[in-house]
Amino acid sequence: MESSSTVNSMIDGLAGSEGLARDRLLQYLYELQCRFSHVPDTAIGRLSSELDLPASHIRAVIAFYSFLHETPRGDFDILFSDSITDHMLGSLALQRRLCELLGVVSGQPREDGRVTVDFTSCTGMCDQGPALLVNGYAVTCLDEARIDAIAALIEAGTPVDDWPVEFFRAGDHIRRRGLLLEDDGEGSALQALGTKGAPGILDSLEQSGLRGRGGAGFPTATKWRLCAGSDADERYVVCNADEGEPGTFKDRVLLNSHADRVFEGMTLCAGTIGARHGYLYLRAEYRHLRGPLEAVLQRRREAGLLGSGISGVEGFDFDIEIHMGAGAYICGEESSLIESLEGKRGIPRKRPPFPVNSGFRNRPTVVNNVETFMAAALIAQHGADWFRGAGTEGSAGTKILSISGDCERPGIYEYPYGTRISEILEDCGARDAQAVQVAGAAGSTVPAGEFDRAIAFEDLATGGSFMVFGPSRDLLDMVVNFSRFFVHESCGFCTPCRVGGALLRDLVEKVHAGHASEHDLGEMQGIAQLMKTSSHCGLGATAPNPVLDTLEKFPEIYRGRLTGRGFEPAFDLDAALSESRRITGRDGPTAHIGTES
Amino acid sequence: MSDNTFTLDGLAIEFQAGDTIMDAALRAGAYIPHLCHNPEFEPHGSCRVCLVEANGRRVSACTQPAAAGMQVDSASQAIGDARRSLLQMLFVEGNHVCPGCEKSGACQLQAVAYYTNMLSPHFTHFFPRREVDASHPDFAIDYNRCILCELCVRASRDVDGKNVFALSGRGIGSHLVVNSPSGRLGDSAFAATDKAAHVCPVGAILPKHRGYEQPIGERLYDLQPISVVGDVAAHEQEGD
Repeated sequence: MESSSTVNSMIDGLAGSEGLARDRLLQYLYELQCRFSHVPDTAIGRLSSELDLPASHIRAVIAFYSFLHETPRGDFDILFSDSITDHMLGSLALQRRLCELLGVVSGQPREDGRVTVDFTSCTGMCDQGPALLVNGYAVTCLDEARIDAIAALIEAGTPVDDWPVEFFRAGDHIRRRGLLLEDDGEGSALQALGTKGAPGILDSLEQSGLRGRGGAGFPTATKWRLCAGSDADERYVVCNADEGEPGTFKDRVLLNSHADRVFEGMTLCAGTIGARHGYLYLRAEYRHLRGPLEAVLQRRREAGLLGSGISGVEGFDFDIEIHMGAGAYICGEESSLIESLEGKRGIPRKRPPFPVNSGFRNRPTVVNNVETFMAAALIAQHGADWFRGAGTEGSAGTKILSISGDCERPGIYEYPYGTRISEILEDCGARDAQAVQVAGAAGSTVPAGEFDRAIAFEDLATGGSFMVFGPSRDLLDMVVNFSRFFVHESCGFCTPCRVGGALLRDLVEKVHAGHASEHDLGEMQGIAQLMKTSSHCGLGATAPNPVLDTLEKFPEIYRGRLTGRGFEPAFDLDAALSESRRITGRDGPTAHIGTES
Repeated sequence: MSDNTFTLDGLAIEFQAGDTIMDAALRAGAYIPHLCHNPEFEPHGSCRVCLVEANGRRVSACTQPAAAGMQVDSASQAIGDARRSLLQMLFVEGNHVCPGCEKSGACQLQAVAYYTNMLSPHFTHFFPRREVDASHPDFAIDYNRCILCELCVRASRDVDGKNVFALSGRGIGSHLVVNSPSGRLGDSAFAATDKAAHVCPVGAILPKHRGYEQPIGERLYDLQPISVVGDVAAHEQEGD
């Protein structure tokens, strides 16, 4: 158990010379969690008094983020990736195996306080799953041998630092390169900024037709212009590296192998809109990237590419700080991300105002995806025509896809917009696929009959997730997985997403268990439509997509499981009587309610 | 159409700069059902009951800025159906037993449900296990009835300056918490004179020692519909 003096000296260290700051609260909590496997009470007390925040507020922040806890998780906190693609690779059996070997109940710390084994939302290792996190660090390519080895390491108390290096190998698996991934790192967008000036850069971006790569597709030039045009004493640049959409992992690869370009894009944005501070919001699942990214930032500072007087231009001052997420998919939504950057629960803000007018610390803020910043840097350097040369009229350039599921060559593929699903399936070695889930859990389920559709904003828009489902898969398993995911990740702010999402999950599970009737399918339609049209943010509006898509395109996965009756209660009446049977000791035929009507 | 009016169900509504649809409608005396909105506080937009269709797009009236010429539809069958479903979701999420609730007849959740012709909870009940906190000498909290509108959170923070309440957790696990060492209201800085004691639209935060002072049948919404008399909080302060 930690002593209060260890906790206090750690907080002293976090405070540094500048003291503690409210909008760094989440960062403190994350560090405390990493160190103590929970946030100790003494830390909550001290943060509460020094930050002048109610302790309940701090506890509410802890309760919001999946990776923060008030009770110890133990020396080893093991979280299996709960993505459907991990399931398809056998993760559920491996998780059970580890639980059995260690003698733990899933989700509960072992009595000796050594280890907890649990699940977490997709960890972004779908091309090399099944995967897990141990104390935040990704372990890939799990099989029975690796699980057995992990159990032995835990029982021996071997610190994670001393585990075999190959456990933590995270390959890039780049299978197809295009405009972005062919980048050799030569040349400089900042030089282009020096020559063309901010108006020139904005013109280039506009002519290039670059739209946000996170999935929403907002024109990047417009976003930067609006932010630059907002009257303010300070502006911010934020890179959204909270890559949480199940099945997406391309930002991990970009940050692993093209971090300089991403940071250059952020610096270009800063120089264009007049910002002095930038933040990279990195999902905690990518903890292994934090050290290398800090090193890249340091190298850029030393090279005069960050700091004051960048590229020798007086007054061009900009630096980038890495902020860690703590396990919340909703923080990929830009206004939630900003709330999280300010150290709060990640509840999406009302719009208007939009972040370009009032974002981080209520100042104009550009929030762009990792891939968008990289594309912007390369457009500044190579020009708009270079970019427009690829893609379609409405979707210029290329899109980097993260391909996983039933295919021979999962990994990273960069395609010009307009590429058809069928071509992509051929390239990744996916034969006889029955469906592709494009854009993740919130995306579209595309049946084989529609494989001539294309990746483009005007057809299938995507942030990059591309999950392939082979002929033998039960797509209802996917729908169950996604419905549970959204219940887990809903922030809980608005009624339709908070309650509707849970009702929808229960109904999907009811179908899956073979207890649902025709009536329930109508209920699912109704709840899904309400979530779509009345939710506060995009999470609630897109959460029912998998249900709506599969009800329309794969009705047989539901209908094949329905009972013949018009209505089935939500609970098993006979099972509900079991307790009274036990108490009264009566268990004859008259003590049961027949299951046949 | 002048440049400071929009239409609400065909009626011209004047608005001022900075108004939301709700602000202008309230000033004009036009009723748009709502639960988490109270004009004394910053708009919130979480209950979604004030859902309207503005120029064909569904928005919450309490957060959507009014704009000249906007066509706002609040009375359509589709909006009514959506609102009813949202209310039914709130009913099944908590444990709302109107016949046994001291707030019955003066409860906004109940009154809005009547207004939208809600006849049953429709959805499957969650029947959550929630506590009652009677530790405070003057007030009790029945968490079974909390609808997470955050009006007490906002009142305590923005008016009382006490931060007695907060929302904690996430998703369907979201819940109201009290800022005190024990988590009990009695150990907090809460006082009967706080604004936060008089803004709850349902029976979650209730005064003690004066149960059923006003007989059932003679309460605010027993006499007139909510569309005529408006929010219960506004009447409470008048000492009704």
